[in-house]
Amino acid sequence: MTNVMSAPTTSRKDWATDQEVRWCPGCGDYSILAAMQFLLPELGVQRENTVFVSGIGCAARFPYYMNTYGMHSIHGRAPAIATGLAISRPDLDVWVVSGDGDALSIGGNHLLHALRRNVNITILMFNNQIYGLTKGQFSPTSEVGKITKSSPFGSLDRPFNPLSVAIGAEATFVARTHDMDRKHMMETFRRAHDHQGAAFVEIFQNCNVFNDGAFEHLTGRDQRAEMLIPLRHGEPIRFGADNQRGVVMGRDGTLELVDVASVGESALLIHDETRPDPGLAFLLSRLSGGVDRPTPIGVFRDVEVPDYGTLMASQLEEVRRRKGEGDLAALLRSGITWEVDGRSPTAAPGEG
Amino acid sequence: MGRRDFRPFLAPAEDFRSVNSNVGDPSEEQNVSSTLERPPRRTARLDQVVVRFAGDSGDGMQVTGDRFTTGSALFGNDLATLPNFPAEIRAPAGTLAGVSAFQVHIADHDITTPGDNPTVLVAMNPAALRANVGDLASGGTVILNSDAFDERALDKAGYASDPRSDGSMAAFAVYEVKMTSLTLEAVKPVGAKPRDAERSKNFFALGLISWLFSRPIEPTLAWIAERYAARPGVVEANTLAFKAGWNFGETAELFESAYEVPASKLDPGTYTNVTGNTALAWGLIAASVRSGLPLFLGSYPITPASDLLHELAKHKQFGVRTFQAEDEIAGAGAALGAAFGGSLAVTTTSGPGVDLKSETIGLAVSLELPLIVVDVQRGGPSTGLPTKTEQADLLHAMYGRHGEAPVPIIAAKTPAHCFEAAIEAARLAVTYRTPVFLLTDGYLANGSEPWRLPDVESLPVIQPDLAVAPNHVGPDGEEEFWPYLRDETTLARPWAVPGTAGLEHRIGGLEKSDGAGDVSYDPANHERMVRLRAAKIAGIAEAIPSLEVDDPDGAGLLMLGWGSTYGTIVAAARSLRAQGLRVARAHLMHLNPFPANLGEVLGRYAKVLIPEVNLGQLSRLVRAEYLIDAVSLTKVQGTPFKVSEIEEAAMLLLKEIEQ
Ligand code: SF4
Repeated sequence: MTNVMSAPTTSRKDWATDQEVRWCPGCGDYSILAAMQFLLPELGVQRENTVFVSGIGCAARFPYYMNTYGMHSIHGRAPAIATGLAISRPDLDVWVVSGDGDALSIGGNHLLHALRRNVNITILMFNNQIYGLTKGQFSPTSEVGKITKSSPFGSLDRPFNPLSVAIGAEATFVARTHDMDRKHMMETFRRAHDHQGAAFVEIFQNCNVFNDGAFEHLTGRDQRAEMLIPLRHGEPIRFGADNQRGVVMGRDGTLELVDVASVGESALLIHDETRPDPGLAFLLSRLSGGVDRPTPIGVFRDVEVPDYGTLMASQLEEVRRRKGEGDLAALLRSGITWEVDGRSPTAAPGEG
Repeated sequence: MGRRDFRPFLAPAEDFRSVNSNVGDPSEEQNVSSTLERPPRRTARLDQVVVRFAGDSGDGMQVTGDRFTTGSALFGNDLATLPNFPAEIRAPAGTLAGVSAFQVHIADHDITTPGDNPTVLVAMNPAALRANVGDLASGGTVILNSDAFDERALDKAGYASDPRSDGSMAAFAVYEVKMTSLTLEAVKPVGAKPRDAERSKNFFALGLISWLFSRPIEPTLAWIAERYAARPGVVEANTLAFKAGWNFGETAELFESAYEVPASKLDPGTYTNVTGNTALAWGLIAASVRSGLPLFLGSYPITPASDLLHELAKHKQFGVRTFQAEDEIAGAGAALGAAFGGSLAVTTTSGPGVDLKSETIGLAVSLELPLIVVDVQRGGPSTGLPTKTEQADLLHAMYGRHGEAPVPIIAAKTPAHCFEAAIEAARLAVTYRTPVFLLTDGYLANGSEPWRLPDVESLPVIQPDLAVAPNHVGPDGEEEFWPYLRDETTLARPWAVPGTAGLEHRIGGLEKSDGAGDVSYDPANHERMVRLRAAKIAGIAEAIPSLEVDDPDGAGLLMLGWGSTYGTIVAAARSLRAQGLRVARAHLMHLNPFPANLGEVLGRYAKVLIPEVNLGQLSRLVRAEYLIDAVSLTKVQGTPFKVSEIEEAAMLLLKEIEQ
């Protein structure tokens, strides 16, 4: 362990711990970890001011591999724990690392509330559409009919669309990336980090042991161009090897995939991350009906709303300005008080 | 009616020394018969009285009781209160289920309980009478609102016949006062609708009782003016009703005398009247001030603990952060996150919330971070009796987690003692880097007593002793930080908060290696860590005061209590001693670990009686730990013990000792 007291610049190895990384060989988590360790030196942040908080699951081991402050906590509770840390210590960079089961099943409630409060935390949700650590049960993002040990005849559960959930909670920053593209991950994480408030990032992550190739149709090197729809702020939404496909607003209020040639470039929807109303971002999150259809990636939504910790801090400041610094002796005397002098009671007897 | 009717006021509520003492000057009695015209005000002295106000939950009985209490506190009486209200915000009007009551015991001497049985009952309607008259001391006084005793109301309350005329109240002195119509008459100048005007009748009752017991009126008038300042019509109506009640006492020749309970000879100092919840909240703020750690509360609303959240939310000028979470789990989780960040972290709840917080408390045991968990106990299991008191969470606090997960437990014994208990909980949590349970209950939370304010400078100083530098040298000669390298005396681990350069470290719920704190599945290490965590908590016994025993005459019987039974046990001991019986008494504030001398104390007595408002939880712990045949006295009715119940149990044991 090195003792970097206050290094102006850091390199990737400063951010790695001496702990042996224990994910399965070939797991997508490795590339996510690498992207983070490459990114943090670029951000110019300090290790001592960076905290990773996780719940339970494969992804939740992440903090052990980051040479920062970290807490590996309880299944589903990381957003709640990170909320307490972030709002009591607005000076820190607080990251939450979670999985689809952790964030959307056992911890669904905490996720929703951290997002709606706009707590200044950056939530990375590794979505592998399966329970890995407990050895392969269907998760809240698994497709209907998934055959697993706990669903030998096919799962009956309709899955969550994580981004629809986050946008439904009016998260102020919502993005998607995938474990096969380090550059895209780094860029997405950087944007999420720079956002003041709650940021939610879904990462398509391959669990090669229990759900191998779940996103192969989207993220495979040969598929990407035709299947991933890159969202770029201020630009028309289009994709395809020759940018020949695009997205338009349909007549019934849903989004449609079209050939650019048939509608003309000017008909394409221009992506605007900053729309205060989450409606269009929600439609974008619904655009893909599954992992075999073209799916948008990038930043869906990035709006400026005061974050909870800042609001709380300014409320404290405001009260202090109005009432002055707390005085304990005065607090104890803030109710009705009376003196007893030890010789005789001082209170007047009842009059009549 | 002769003044003998008022003798019942003198019936003992708690203290047998007072039997028939302080009867008013007999010359006054002659005055009564010789004065035919408007008699001048006379007052007779009482050494104590227990008044219970009872009405519909919409009748404002809690406000009435509270104002009478404040007036009495200002007057200098010692006092103790027992609010008792239904769980429903507005139970059906006029039914037994909707009755809300407030009992206050005032005295000219040191008292410790709200009184077993009221000597005066104010009943605003038949249901209030029916629900409470059974508790009234034999020969007690009933003052009732006769306007409310129509056939429908009697029916709703379940009366087959009118209790005023069927002889069922022959044992009491009954005073019928047309409170509703007198109130309507009094507030006429305000011009409010009768429905609204009638709402002031609790102030009429308060005025009448204030006259009867010679309470000062100015504080109540000032309070009305302040409390309802936004609604001048209400101020005027309540003021008129209050004065009308007072004047009614003064002029109606119903009561031939007013009473006075002289001020108590309390220790010199500045006093205030506090509820347990307020005292506890202030204690947490005091612990924050005395430790220099910012206070963070993660909480979710729950009866009867919500007032802790309300009170702390008011005091942001102390840097207090209150976070109303989405659920109990998040309340505890956010607090633990804040503890990691260096806050004095607290989560407050009642039993059902403790169920949900258990996993976080277990994590805090593993992380070894300071976390104060306040459980304002109420009747259980499940939703149970939300507004009623019980002490049945002791074993939950002790054992309610999976794995070997020891947690220190502290219990407050009186409303004001919640202040000191909160500071002690913070001291243990911070010093030993551990979650600490602080148990109070509904009775302490809502009950109040006069409290002599401590000198702020005399309060304990808590040393957070945050880690600032590496504490270990690695094999390559490099300085490192080992998060689980323990203090040799306390066995506490260092607390290094984010932002401290060079001390970056990871903690979590997985077992850690002793010292370095890396994840470890090594069997021998696990056993060592389990035993270290247990030894750390057990070692707290060295840092807490020995158990003090109150045993003036070498008794054979020890009454051992914890929590809110304190006042009742003290009163029972006084009463038994006044009868010439020898009993000893001790009260536990620390329930895990127990004070180091507890075993030795228990060994000194032939019999040990343990009264608890549960089915014998402390007695189970004591029997298991010390192998003594403790006798358990239990009660689970949502109310505190009566003094007489403890006395009777003690007397039986005293007889056994004699044989
Ligand atoms: S089980 Fe799946 S998600 Fe977990 S470490 Fe192995 S490959 Fe990765």
